[in-house]
Amino acid sequence: MFLITVQGVGAFALITLAVILRKINVAPRVIHPIIRREISRAGIQLLPMFLFVAFVLGFLVIGQTVSVAARFGAFDYIGTVMVTVVVRELGPLLAAVLMLARVGTANVIELGTARALNEVEALEAVGIDPIHYLVVPRVIGMTLGVFSLTVYLILATLASGYLCVFLQNVPLLPGDYFQELADSLSWLDFALLALKTCAFGFFIGIVTCYHGLAQPLRLEEVSRVSVRAIAQGIIVCVLIDAIFFILYLHA
Amino acid sequence: MSDNPHPVIEMRDVTIGAMNDPAFVMLEKVNWTVAPGEFWVIGAPPYSGKSDFLMTTAGLIPPAGGCYKFCGNETRIFDESRLADRLRMGFIFETASLFHYLTVAENVALPLCYHKNLDPGQGAEAIAELLELTELKPIAGVTPANLPRSWSKRAGLARALTLQPDILVADNPLGGLEARHVHWWVHFLDELSRGHKYFGGKPMTIIAATDDLRPWRGGNRRFALLKDKHLVPLGSWDEAILSADPLVKELIAAPAEAVESPR
Repeated sequence: MFLITVQGVGAFALITLAVILRKINVAPRVIHPIIRREISRAGIQLLPMFLFVAFVLGFLVIGQTVSVAARFGAFDYIGTVMVTVVVRELGPLLAAVLMLARVGTANVIELGTARALNEVEALEAVGIDPIHYLVVPRVIGMTLGVFSLTVYLILATLASGYLCVFLQNVPLLPGDYFQELADSLSWLDFALLALKTCAFGFFIGIVTCYHGLAQPLRLEEVSRVSVRAIAQGIIVCVLIDAIFFILYLHA
Repeated sequence: MSDNPHPVIEMRDVTIGAMNDPAFVMLEKVNWTVAPGEFWVIGAPPYSGKSDFLMTTAGLIPPAGGCYKFCGNETRIFDESRLADRLRMGFIFETASLFHYLTVAENVALPLCYHKNLDPGQGAEAIAELLELTELKPIAGVTPANLPRSWSKRAGLARALTLQPDILVADNPLGGLEARHVHWWVHFLDELSRGHKYFGGKPMTIIAATDDLRPWRGGNRRFALLKDKHLVPLGSWDEAILSADPLVKELIAAPAEAVESPR
């Protein structure tokens, strides 16, 4: 069962990539507005929630770090901790999980319902490729959404982290704090962050669309399929994160 | 009639599986030929496989076996390479299957906008004419969730006609309709069959499935029956009513509910 799902998701990912490349100029006046709508749904509309989470995350990470660092006077490591924890690990993973919960779930339910109500066959009946019309905009929207929201999440977390430092009267000037952050970052962080977040978004889109569309569904099966898609989405994100962790270790 | 020498649809020993479970055989050894311009009415009780049969006919699901030819070319399913063939055939789903997030007008316009790469406003004139023709103009801005069943089906018909197909396949188009709508549908499909001026006067090949033959009486139609996993041609209405088959008598005489039988 596991291997069949992996095979199915892999094939679906390749088909989607092929459709993105092959049909880039097919019906742009219909598809591009849908892509813009999906970018808005998986990006702009989620920004307030992401900023709130970033604010809380900055306080939590810095609050805990400061309480430990104060015991050893090791305030020089605050920047390193922020980069290691927020930029490399927590930021992208949290953004992916939030995206999965907010947009991925909606994807499976929408597509599963459309499948159960024969809307997918209706698209085929009028000669419209369901992958092109339903999947490609969602996958592009989620890929760009996870990438952009992770950037905003990290920036806001770093800023709220300094606010926490300031409120706790830690003797760390803004210039020193941001200098520590800059010193802890390398070009590899930026490159791998971009790759990782795009991979998160792409595969969340693929897994959720696959479960909504790939099999004929009845309405009563949509909830079960949604739960399975979200669980597999989390597993995929953790696996991608592990792959990038190994890349960091060997870089 | 078309100049095309080939039958539009030709089935030889075709086996048809269920859409949700292709291994489950709904019909077998189907031998059927549809000539250009013919109007076929396929009578069948519910759960006899008429939706699967029509979806196979329309190339939406592949036959499980046998030989299916569309306009002389052997076909399994209308994939990307057969897009031109796909667009020659309009399909009306039993439940209309309108896209729930689009209005009636957007549903009808989508095939045109997609295939001609038009902005929503560009195809407006042609779509307005089609909406007028199908009396959908007053509800053009309504989403499917707020439509009565009769009007949903009408919108499904308009969407199927948007690309001006040569062949129209309708899955139980009269099922659950009010009497006024039934009359309108039969009259409109007859006009399409004879050649409607909106479609350039060219006769359209029509295949409609039904669980009640009564509204289809008369006219220049051909009838067939789905029974015991087989397609049984009945001929014209006059020939059909002479049939001794009890199922034909039930479909001609009784309300649909009376002949309902489980799969």
